Amino acid sequence: MNDGENKSGMKRRTMLKALASLPVAGLFSYELLKKSSYDIDKRNSVIKELGLDSIEFPVSDYGKTKPTGDLIRIGFIGFGTRATQLSKALGFIHPEEVTKMTKQNTLAGWLQQEYLNVAITGICDVFDLRAENGLATAENNIRPGGENAVKLPVKRYLTYQDMLADKDIDAVIIATPDHLHARIAIEATKAGKHVYCEKSVAHTEEELNELYATVKSSPIVFQLGHQITQSTVFQQAKEIVKKGILGKITLVETTSNRNTANGAWIRHLDADGKPKPGDETTIDWKQWLGHSPYVPFSTDRFYNWTKWFAYDTGMIGQLFTHEFDAVNQLLHIGIPKTATSSGGIYCWKDNREMPDSLHCTFEYPNHDLTLLYSGNLASSRNRGRVFMGRDASMELGNTIRVTVDRDSEKYKKAIQSGIIDTDSPMISFNPGAEQIDAVSSASTKYYASRGLTTTTVNGRPVDVTHLHLREWLKCIRNGGTTSANIEMAYQEGVACLMAHKSYIEKRQVVWDEVNMKII
Amino acid sequence: MERKIEYTKLQLVFLVLLRFSIGWHLLYEGVAKLMNPQWSASGFLKESQWILSGFARWIVSDPQILNAVDFLNTWGLIAIGLGLIFGLFSRAAAISGASLLFVYYLNCPPLTGIEYIRPSDGNNLVVDKTLIEAIALCVLALFPTSRITGLDALIPDFKTRKRKGEVY
Repeated sequence: MNDGENKSGMKRRTMLKALASLPVAGLFSYELLKKSSYDIDKRNSVIKELGLDSIEFPVSDYGKTKPTGDLIRIGFIGFGTRATQLSKALGFIHPEEVTKMTKQNTLAGWLQQEYLNVAITGICDVFDLRAENGLATAENNIRPGGENAVKLPVKRYLTYQDMLADKDIDAVIIATPDHLHARIAIEATKAGKHVYCEKSVAHTEEELNELYATVKSSPIVFQLGHQITQSTVFQQAKEIVKKGILGKITLVETTSNRNTANGAWIRHLDADGKPKPGDETTIDWKQWLGHSPYVPFSTDRFYNWTKWFAYDTGMIGQLFTHEFDAVNQLLHIGIPKTATSSGGIYCWKDNREMPDSLHCTFEYPNHDLTLLYSGNLASSRNRGRVFMGRDASMELGNTIRVTVDRDSEKYKKAIQSGIIDTDSPMISFNPGAEQIDAVSSASTKYYASRGLTTTTVNGRPVDVTHLHLREWLKCIRNGGTTSANIEMAYQEGVACLMAHKSYIEKRQVVWDEVNMKII
Repeated sequence: MERKIEYTKLQLVFLVLLRFSIGWHLLYEGVAKLMNPQWSASGFLKESQWILSGFARWIVSDPQILNAVDFLNTWGLIAIGLGLIFGLFSRAAAISGASLLFVYYLNCPPLTGIEYIRPSDGNNLVVDKTLIEAIALCVLALFPTSRITGLDALIPDFKTRKRKGEVY
């Protein structure tokens, strides 16, 4: 009996000791609940304070629909570096790229890219080597859509005129050097082809006006190559601006920051420092020059054309175009009243004409706004793209960070009560997240500042160029307006030509909106 | 079977406290990751610089592997944390916790000449808090307390009774 009592006493004691951790677990649960409700409360009050509680972000149909409509047969005019990126975004890569991507373990992900129901059926490049690359790319069967992807023969055209005359081409992608863009786009439109044209849209005012008039009077679908608007964060930025969270915006600062020879358009040498291939036997130099003044062939000009005024407007055409598009898509400011540019060749003192340090000021008195652009090719310090409002500023890159202004009247109470902290971004948007990340922790703040090269749609990483081409194809099939349509392209074209003219003539230039002329 | 370790009351109190605190810490690390849908080990792994950097890059390169690692990491931490707090399979929990922490340490050890962009927790040279926590878990594995205060106490009891033929 005694023995039994002892035993059960022992058991009870063992049981009690075994469960000694229960209070610890209880305390943990209590603290966890307290912490999570504190976080939720704080997040909710910030979101409410900023008026973000009623924001609805557009939901993309990406990956949820099957390609409908007819097959679109596409011709590439120009097949250099940008064209290989564009063809990849369309669903075509070179066999060598397949090997490379297999090694890098990225092929499977790319093959999941939405099948766009297109075939590249024509390649036109003045350089044989590039045309051959284009043919091999277009003919490669390893692509999204797998076995069901349409396979059509691919033809090389020696001139773009030949391609435009072919009724078996429905649409063209223009990825040539900039001085040829407008001329080819005008002729393509006249030939009834849909046009996807890389920036910059035009090299002269006359060509820009002609292109505008031609596209306006044609039923074709035009898209300028600005993929930034396709990113998920950009759609979110649109909502932030629409909601008036930033208050009155009077200053937008945009920048480009590069510090490499490649970034300064020195591209005629390969990785080993040897000249890249190409000579007059393999390159149709006369066709490459187009309407620009004759100069003897050189690999320098062929690869590094951005250095000369005859072919480009440098940072304005190559980099500021993206900045202008981003700002114009968000704020719809259109053509500036005046533009003033200054700069010089301060670092890359080779045979170039193009400045490597360039700063432009665009005034919009009718919108009470100044748009600044500052580009530098001798420092890669990231200066970002910032929209400055009286109540908050928004830094828009691959992520969005909104910081409340310490002197904001609108958020005064919330700042005083400590709900809003003005020393660090109060809300950040990450393309990977489908919700607002308010009062982000130190580490999320840190990661928000790091770049991402793709956007995320419905939880999948997607190339923004792919989305931009997809939008163009969708408009070709179903009608509708592309985001970088001819109106946007015209406004951007004028702003860029104004900035360039100002730099060349070393004076402020003015937009005469009555006569639609730069004076 | 194992030799039973005898502790003084004070030794037992502090060993158990150590077990509770490390368990608490790891459990919350896991729960916090679980509650933050944006969390991923990719930021940490991208910083990996020493002997495990190749391994870290391999994980980050494939979203599927990264997802699996994120999942295992989160639930691993939660399981280890619960194991330590409740004293259930405590030795296994301590050993796996030590191994996991040691992997963290090897990815980003504070060695002279290796610099990280991520803000570090205090001032560390060779030894950091992760390493200390890993070693403390080894100590806990060698000085088990879960059979005295923890659910493990019920397991040997069960085994002993089975041996004695009391349980059929």
